[in-house]
Amino acid sequence: MKKSLMKLQCPVPKFDFDIITLAHGSGGLLTNKLLESGVFSLLKNEELDQHHDGAFLNMNGNIAFSTDSFVISPVFFPGGDIGELAVNGTVNDVAMCGAIPQYLSLSFILEEGLPVNEFWDILVSIKFAAEKAGVKIVTGDTKVVNRGKGDKIFINTTGLGHIHPKANINLMNIKKGDKIIVSDDIATHGIAILSVREGLEFETSIESDTRSLNYLTTLLLDKFGSDIHLFRDPTRGGLASTLNEIAMDSSMGLVLQDEAIPVATQVKAACEILGLDPLYSANEGIFMIFVPDNIASEVVNVLRATEEARHAAIIGTVVDDHHGKVLITNPLGGKRVVNMPLGEQLPRIC
Amino acid sequence: MKYLSEYRNPELAKKVLHEIEKTITKSWNIMEVCGGQTHSLVKNGILSVLPKKITMLHGPGCPVCVTPLNLIDKAIYLAEKEDVILCSFGDMLRVPGSKKNLLEAKAQGADVRILYSPLEAVTLAKQNTDKEVVFFAVGFETTAPANALSVLHAEKLGLTNYSILTSHVLVPPAITALMEDPESNIDAFLAAGHVCSIMGYWEYFPLVEKYKIPIVVTGFEPLDLLQGILMVVKQLEEGRAEVENQYVRMVKEKGNTTAQKIISDVFEVGDQMWRGIGTIGKSGFHLRGKYARFDANKKFSIHIKMASENKECIAGNIMKGISKPFECSQFGKACTPQNPLGAPMVSSEGACAAYYNFSTIYKTMDL
Repeated sequence: MKKSLMKLQCPVPKFDFDIITLAHGSGGLLTNKLLESGVFSLLKNEELDQHHDGAFLNMNGNIAFSTDSFVISPVFFPGGDIGELAVNGTVNDVAMCGAIPQYLSLSFILEEGLPVNEFWDILVSIKFAAEKAGVKIVTGDTKVVNRGKGDKIFINTTGLGHIHPKANINLMNIKKGDKIIVSDDIATHGIAILSVREGLEFETSIESDTRSLNYLTTLLLDKFGSDIHLFRDPTRGGLASTLNEIAMDSSMGLVLQDEAIPVATQVKAACEILGLDPLYSANEGIFMIFVPDNIASEVVNVLRATEEARHAAIIGTVVDDHHGKVLITNPLGGKRVVNMPLGEQLPRIC
Repeated sequence: MKYLSEYRNPELAKKVLHEIEKTITKSWNIMEVCGGQTHSLVKNGILSVLPKKITMLHGPGCPVCVTPLNLIDKAIYLAEKEDVILCSFGDMLRVPGSKKNLLEAKAQGADVRILYSPLEAVTLAKQNTDKEVVFFAVGFETTAPANALSVLHAEKLGLTNYSILTSHVLVPPAITALMEDPESNIDAFLAAGHVCSIMGYWEYFPLVEKYKIPIVVTGFEPLDLLQGILMVVKQLEEGRAEVENQYVRMVKEKGNTTAQKIISDVFEVGDQMWRGIGTIGKSGFHLRGKYARFDANKKFSIHIKMASENKECIAGNIMKGISKPFECSQFGKACTPQNPLGAPMVSSEGACAAYYNFSTIYKTMDL
């Protein structure tokens, strides 16, 4: 749904304050107002409505559990905002465990002075992202810190979900010959954020691809079950970081084919101009799948039939060589090592 | 992207590679001067497909690598001053100073900003009149016009809070210094395409004449580099020593004369210290006297002790092509990209970092 339409459906309630103050986090009347007219009314559900210290949940069996904190700057960026990201990020982490995300906790650390309408916009994004992902926000917390002690808003979300009955996701399942599939174009989120970073602004229509991926992972698990050896979402540090972690933790070698890795033309061009490598750029709306060779093409076809993974592609193979390392080959026959990044990518001089 | 993908065509690249293999009969040491070319050779895996008879030597053309230690300490000193915003290109931030780097200074509270253009620093100065904005103006001839232009802009805007801390180095004097070094074993040079797009290649004729060494102006894409190497190999095999231009789509003999005018208006040529190599006569750009008020070195009284380089680091010999990174006793041990002892281990353009990325699997990859 378009952002403007979301806002239309959920107009800002009449608060008698324009900005967040320390009093909103003190547990008194203002906290109550903010929660009652804001958070609770917007995110309404059976569990949250109990207004208890915690949520009462009915869960049995194998459960995946994940937490993540979101501190992105700027909080509103092309294609999304911190609220949407906070829901999708944790939903996806739970989904990568082969689980079906069901419940989220939601905690805010707000900086004194945050305009209430901005907070509301973020809440609305959270509401719609949660609805889209099919998860309920069942418990949470709000704290306010002094101006200058935070960057507008920090969000922590924690997610719970039952493991899919057919899933057997485990790093140790990956085997020599397994294919590495990426679900869609890489580096889009990282470059979208960079385009609005102070001091580096450049004009582009690149938008973050932040989205929940649980429907895709469930779709694949329904169809391929335990043949799916591994899901991972390559967020911070990009594909390069996540693949290096997988190679090191599994003691296998990974080989990528440079020309097979999908990157949108605009993103590729931005990386060229800025001297950045898409392999090291952050992602939010894609994931990687490790599967046996014999079903790899079918997995790609299933993914490509969906709106969210139209550019899915096989990008590499697991090998029993150069253990713990990731290599990349190009059509010329050249090879290089894809190293773990040292930190955030720094634009080069020339 | 069209103009890039055309120069990355693997089929054409294979043809050129085949041509190099057919032409070469002897072993040759070819130095690419520019760090951007080193980066591309590594990134595109070209080092791993070249015939064994070719040894690529990675020259001193990484601006990050040759910026003097002392100047990095100065930049850190300025950044840590209350009223200073220090602006820099991104990859300078990790270069080790004598005690810390700019990233660490930033973490400790210094106001350090990563910018793409010095003109953005001028805008910052305009917006922050209560602060001093200093741009860390490093680089070869390529970045000199934009740095010079920033000074002209600041002057036009009447800004008194903008200055640049310069470390501008020049390619032709570096080639001369390398050729005069008795230990050097360079058979030919790939000259840096970007530098020549500004300066042209007329400066190389006397060098070719004097040292009887082929110089081919070369671009940065895989096809550019392979063609440049082929042109060099042909000259070497035929016993010729000429200036040739592979990068014709960008470089003219006289270069970009407008940019040169801006450079010479703002800068004058003077002696310059190169990290790891030492001082090379007339090898740098310094602000002219009439722009002294924009010279951060003169504007601020900078009190730092002259630090000396880590004695174990053989960066100088590596940048001169005399030693290979893995001949250094510290390589991959005390000195890694996570903990660099010297600048060539910092930037992805630095020779040591480039080799480090390969070396860990060197034996299994048959490079």
